[in-house]
Amino acid sequence: MHQLWLIPALPLAGFLLNGIFGRKLSKAAINAVAIGSVLLSFLWVVKTLMGLGSLEEVYVERYFTWIQSGFVNVGFDFAVDRLSAVMLMVVTGIGLLIHIYAAGYMAHEGGYYRFFAYLNLFMFFMLILVLAANYLVLFVGWEGVGLCSYLLIGFYFLKKSAGDAGKKAFVVNRIGDFGFSLAMFLIMVNFGSLDFGTVFAKAVPMANETSAGVLTLICLLLLLGAAGKSAQVPLYVWLPDAMEGPTPVSALIHAATMVTAGVYMVARSAALFNHAPIAMEVVAYVGLITAVMAATIGLTQYDLKKVFAYSTVSQLGYMFLALGTGAYSAGIYHVMTHAFFKALLFLGAGSVIHALSGEQDLRMMGGLRKKIPVTFAVLFCASVAIAGVPPFAGYYSKDAILLAAHAHHPWMYWVGVVTAGMTAFYVFRAFFLCFFGTYRGQAHPHESPLVMTAPLMVLAALSLGGGYFLNVPHYLEPLFGGEHAAHDETLVLISVGAGLLGIALAALFYVVKPGLADGLARAFSWPYKLFYNKYFVDEAYDAVIVHPLRDGSSSVLWKGVDARIIDGAVNGTGSLMRAIGGGLREMQSGYIRRYAAWVVLGSVAIIAVVSFWGGVK
Amino acid sequence: MNLLDILLILPAAGFLLTLFLPKDNPGLIRNFVFGVSVVTFVFSLLLIGPVLASPGRLALEGNSSWIEYPAIRYHVALDGLSLWLVILSTFLTPIVTLVSWKYIQNRVKEFYAFLLALLLGVLGVFIAQDLFLFFVFWEISLVPMYFLVGIWGHDKRIYAALKFFLYTMAGSALMLVAIIYLYNKSGTFDIPLLLDMMAKGRLVLTGAESNWLFLAFFLAFAIKVPLFPLHTWLPDAHGEAPTAGSVMLASVLLKLGTYGLVRICLPLFPGAARDNANWIIVLAIAGIIYGALVAMVQPNMKRLVAYSSVSHLGFVVLGIFTFTQVGLDGAVYQMLNHGISTGALFILVGMLYERRHSLEISDFGGVATAAPWLTTMFVITTLASVGLPLLNNFVGEFLILQAAVQVNFYYAAFAAIGVILSAVYMLWMVQRVFYGETPETVKHHMPDMSTREWAIIVPLIALMVWMGIGTQSFLPPISANSTQLLQVMKQPAPPSAVQAAKESVHAR
Repeated sequence: MHQLWLIPALPLAGFLLNGIFGRKLSKAAINAVAIGSVLLSFLWVVKTLMGLGSLEEVYVERYFTWIQSGFVNVGFDFAVDRLSAVMLMVVTGIGLLIHIYAAGYMAHEGGYYRFFAYLNLFMFFMLILVLAANYLVLFVGWEGVGLCSYLLIGFYFLKKSAGDAGKKAFVVNRIGDFGFSLAMFLIMVNFGSLDFGTVFAKAVPMANETSAGVLTLICLLLLLGAAGKSAQVPLYVWLPDAMEGPTPVSALIHAATMVTAGVYMVARSAALFNHAPIAMEVVAYVGLITAVMAATIGLTQYDLKKVFAYSTVSQLGYMFLALGTGAYSAGIYHVMTHAFFKALLFLGAGSVIHALSGEQDLRMMGGLRKKIPVTFAVLFCASVAIAGVPPFAGYYSKDAILLAAHAHHPWMYWVGVVTAGMTAFYVFRAFFLCFFGTYRGQAHPHESPLVMTAPLMVLAALSLGGGYFLNVPHYLEPLFGGEHAAHDETLVLISVGAGLLGIALAALFYVVKPGLADGLARAFSWPYKLFYNKYFVDEAYDAVIVHPLRDGSSSVLWKGVDARIIDGAVNGTGSLMRAIGGGLREMQSGYIRRYAAWVVLGSVAIIAVVSFWGGVK
Repeated sequence: MNLLDILLILPAAGFLLTLFLPKDNPGLIRNFVFGVSVVTFVFSLLLIGPVLASPGRLALEGNSSWIEYPAIRYHVALDGLSLWLVILSTFLTPIVTLVSWKYIQNRVKEFYAFLLALLLGVLGVFIAQDLFLFFVFWEISLVPMYFLVGIWGHDKRIYAALKFFLYTMAGSALMLVAIIYLYNKSGTFDIPLLLDMMAKGRLVLTGAESNWLFLAFFLAFAIKVPLFPLHTWLPDAHGEAPTAGSVMLASVLLKLGTYGLVRICLPLFPGAARDNANWIIVLAIAGIIYGALVAMVQPNMKRLVAYSSVSHLGFVVLGIFTFTQVGLDGAVYQMLNHGISTGALFILVGMLYERRHSLEISDFGGVATAAPWLTTMFVITTLASVGLPLLNNFVGEFLILQAAVQVNFYYAAFAAIGVILSAVYMLWMVQRVFYGETPETVKHHMPDMSTREWAIIVPLIALMVWMGIGTQSFLPPISANSTQLLQVMKQPAPPSAVQAAKESVHAR
């Protein structure tokens, strides 16, 4: 036994300690508990993985029967294979860095213990999600991280917008969970188990479903779940709003780990998806549409965190594109590299915001490279990584995805390349607006303390070298097979060129000729407004779903059906009785004592009747 | 003396003794009733062993003649279906006495006496094996609740109490007719005996008879559940009842309806139950969605929780009428879950009411700043209620929806919409009550949890977690009973016996 349970149990203990006693603890003690528990968990992951060696086989630990009823038998079981090993390292490693960073970032915030308690709770659920050996335990983590996301988005609960954003995240995720849970039920009925090993072993010999059948349905429902958690079209709307949460939360939950749970889940279910080509095609389309749509919105936003949020949505779209084309390991590769550079982008953004005492608007920044040089340097590393400049992390994973897309449908590759260009553009747009030109705000920028910059430097190193040194696709080959797409130099050059072109355009617009961007926005005002207003999707959802549902429930169901029709009928029957029984008016006297008397009399009468009736017989 | 006799005697004796306590010493009354209810609860734990020892069968049977003619018997027994419902009732009674400690200040004696009478009634229903005895206890449980709402309720209490009473009475009357018809036909009120006669073909009901009897019982139970569209008494009763009344009503009394369905409707009229299952399931699902949608727009916290009960109980009915092992297990488990988590919700809403003297959501806001622990407890209960895994409701909903998929995928798909909506209405309430800036009116009236309140809420939260993770502590006896029930439902009457019965009828 490698005691896998310790991995999530340690942060859980941290959560309980800080949650229950945190109010009375000093900040140092809270830090020790929160960071210490994650550090121990990380070390336990490292020790376990070293103990497990090459992990050719899945390693399973079974703890207890959770639910047993009829043909339903679900155990609380954990398992580790190479896929979960990658995720475990990312979650605990990045999680640890962000915990350390948060100790500095949140130092002056109220509710310090509460923040770290929630963050630890998140780690607990995320690790359950990754360690689960069956769908139901995965669902525990799945719902749990959603809960923590809700709590942390709404951390500043005095602000109504924070409460709204948290609730929106929870409810939209619930729509996804609706799909996930239905998929689970179908898996249970069709495979007789929720255990990954059992289900996938039964799935492998099954025939491919060329027309839609139950496997296709299962996979599409799983996709709905994944789209909720990983912010894909049409359920991505909660993620940009989620930026209401403190920046370390945006980095940990809404960039590096939780939002990739959908990618993990689909990759985990590869054995099912492989037999449902229709569903696979849908996955690829969803990913591609999401990637393009979010990137175009990202081009026009002025809130630094919102730019990165849409970037996250877009990059998640890339991962789904990879999954849909069958390049699961490329998707997971991008999960990892994205965790490095996007966590860094957010934490760097946090450092900027911290330096500017809370300012997030790019129009109020500028010229900061001299004032916060460390932040400037690390954000540069993150930006080149996401832009796909070789040999940095994003280059490797993005290339793997684009090549797979080309092998699937060449046009998907081209759309992906254009998106890559846009990505490079909007990231460097933010970068230049923030660090170049002259400072446009009123705050007194100061560099962040070492407790914040140290994790940034580690992440910067990972963003630069993580792609080259950590060859995830090779490691995952036993699970997903080798990549099928041939390495094509021309295609690689084109996509790198698109990234460089994006950077160059951003430099032209925001450094060399600063007036150009506004002119362009005016010239193309119609698409610009569309992008700037996020395609009016939120407004459309409100108008088509939210308002009709609320108004209909109130005026039609509650005040109509309940009050008028049903109660009308009940009261009508009452009045009718009263009219008929005019002589019995005494009964409806309104005096409770008299009602009691009637009850007793009635009971006596009933018993008398029964006795008589029985007696006659 | 049978353990079950003592189980009934404890609250009955407590009730009578309370009547003799001095009226002007409310402290003594409270302590006495609290003591009696704790003793009853602890005593009820002794029942677990015997039931576990005889899975799928009746345990602790007591059977003696009550009225010679007609043959009404005092026949009581306990099995896996009723065991946890009995313990739920005895568990909640001390809790609601604590809940009422400060809340109830006038007519203290009558109030607490009624609580014990109510306990007596519901325990009787859960252990009765004789239809007439069942009916008597059913009516006994009705009366105290009527007074709890009518005397200690809010402004519209008389209307609400009367509506509750008349609705339920309408159902009871039908049930009584059905019981008497069955007696006329068979000469007995005894449920096991009736089942045995049916199995052996000594009692044969025509399809039409069986259908009408089923419908009569079903209507009585459906009103109690309440099944859409018979639910409109519930928001009024809950909205007007004092906290203790709401808790007992939601947690225990509603279960009498679903319990009746499983105890009586399914085994006695399996054919009719199957014939009617489709429209009943449609109503159950309609109730799940309808209750949730209407809950979403309630301005009053108690009414919101009341409508959420309509939604949750729809799941229970859905589970029952799948006629599957998983569905029945889930339904019974969900009865218990709803008792714990909705009970806790009403208690927490009551705590808010005692502080702010309002149930309107708009009168609150920012409670989290003033009373963080109260908020934490409320949020945990909310999470249980919306079916978060590792908490109790999830297990029930999971099993019920799993069973629904087995029967018809669309049933599950529509019912699962209710799970989405539950998050909408609960979180909306949480946000408006607990988050945001704290208005002055709330700030100065919102102390955090008192010791008494901790004593009330901790056991409930502990059970939410325990029932969410340690399902094996509770499910096995329930499962054994469902297996047994499905066996009974499957059993066709032996053809030879049917023939013999018909001949004997002709001969007569």
